[in-house]
Amino acid sequence: MADDQFVYAVARIRAKELTLLDNAFFDQLMAAKSYKECLQLLSDKGWGRTGEESAEELLSVEREKTWDLMGELVSDLSIFNTFLYDNDFHNLKAAIKQVYVGEEVPNIYISRGTIQPEIIYNGVKQHDFSLLPEHMKACAEEAYQVQLHTGDSQLCDVIIDRATLETIYAKAKETGNELLIKYAELKVVAADIMIAIRGNRTGKGKEFFARAMVDCASLDKNRLIEAALTDEEAIYDYLSTTIYADAVLSMKESSAAFEKWCDNLIIKNIKPLKYDSFSMSPLAAFILARENEIKSVRILLSGKLNNLPDEFIRERLREMYV
Amino acid sequence: MDNLGIVLAALGAAFAALMAGMGSSNGVGTAGMAAAGVTTEDPSKFAKVLILQALPGTQGIYGLLIAFITLSQIGILGGDSNISVAKGCLYLAACLPMGLVGYFSGKHQGRASVASIGIVAKRPEQFGKAMVFPAMVETYAILALLVSILMITSIGGLNI
Repeated sequence: MADDQFVYAVARIRAKELTLLDNAFFDQLMAAKSYKECLQLLSDKGWGRTGEESAEELLSVEREKTWDLMGELVSDLSIFNTFLYDNDFHNLKAAIKQVYVGEEVPNIYISRGTIQPEIIYNGVKQHDFSLLPEHMKACAEEAYQVQLHTGDSQLCDVIIDRATLETIYAKAKETGNELLIKYAELKVVAADIMIAIRGNRTGKGKEFFARAMVDCASLDKNRLIEAALTDEEAIYDYLSTTIYADAVLSMKESSAAFEKWCDNLIIKNIKPLKYDSFSMSPLAAFILARENEIKSVRILLSGKLNNLPDEFIRERLREMYV
Repeated sequence: MDNLGIVLAALGAAFAALMAGMGSSNGVGTAGMAAAGVTTEDPSKFAKVLILQALPGTQGIYGLLIAFITLSQIGILGGDSNISVAKGCLYLAACLPMGLVGYFSGKHQGRASVASIGIVAKRPEQFGKAMVFPAMVETYAILALLVSILMITSIGGLNI
């Protein structure tokens, strides 16, 4: 019976997949003469609610629509928490910085998380970290103390980023869902590689790498640290011996190209779920596909707004799910 | 013990109707969930998904048919209901193919229908092809139906 619980939801998602943006629509957007024309095309496609939204509002409305739909489809949204921990930890960073500067900063919290931003803020403000969920307590206290006593925001971010990845990785494993586990693995791998590259360029030491990187199944953290302590070529050499050898080319190109490679890899991994009719995975894949198209639309709109050359925008657009 | 033959035969009839009905209700129910999902988003596909939902319903009808033929053969619906234990056992055995195959094929046909409803959701013009996949499962329900009918109608002529 448990096998049948997502049949209705997956069927609705199948019909909804027809509304996802495809490459042809992105060509249309690219051909639009102005930023305003792009917004009009998106509005005609059903994006936004009033047709009057700004680009940021439009993207935020679309994200809300995805989660509203998921709220209709499943009784317990916590099955998607793997995607929401990022927002919780972002809110934790925001709360710590807000408490540190002692000023009210508007619109710094993300509404979709596993816990309310107010709870996080109150926990930090009152130094009562017991208000926070178990996976957040230790890192919140440590990051707060570092920010308060040293004012080192970068270290504070490193502590929280590591906890974010560890939480996503551990919680995804707990779900036992293959897609979520793969997503978490790729997220950790992308972050570890980025840390290695950026840390190498800024001459970080072993202690930093050990503190920032997270263990995962498909990369050997110690070998990556060793390579990062040597030079960039050593990182590429090590990655060439792993299943992420394809990434090397994009890494040599630019950080943006590597980020695109990571996003495309996730999309490539979720594409087979278009043929799964029974598990929750197609729902999770739909969330990722929507996030992916929202990211691409954001890139395209900022490119159009800043009159960047078409080629520059096009090489940053992600592969689409449909 | 004199009536054991008729009891066994009636058990067979009940088994065929029960199991095949369970398979169909499971299949139609599962496919119905998928059909409802697609119709929520696009009501214009109602007719197409309804046909796919109905496909796993045939096993229940076959089970009913087998039960009906058995009951009429053993005299419960009228006539001589005095049958031997050996014949009773044979009627029970004759009902097994329809009961068991009906249950499993109904269930699996429902799953194939769900997948086909997914096709219709995205490519309604491929409805014909989408129908073929769950219809293939029907073959085995029909084979079981034939075997059960052949056995039931032949048992009466045996001198045991």
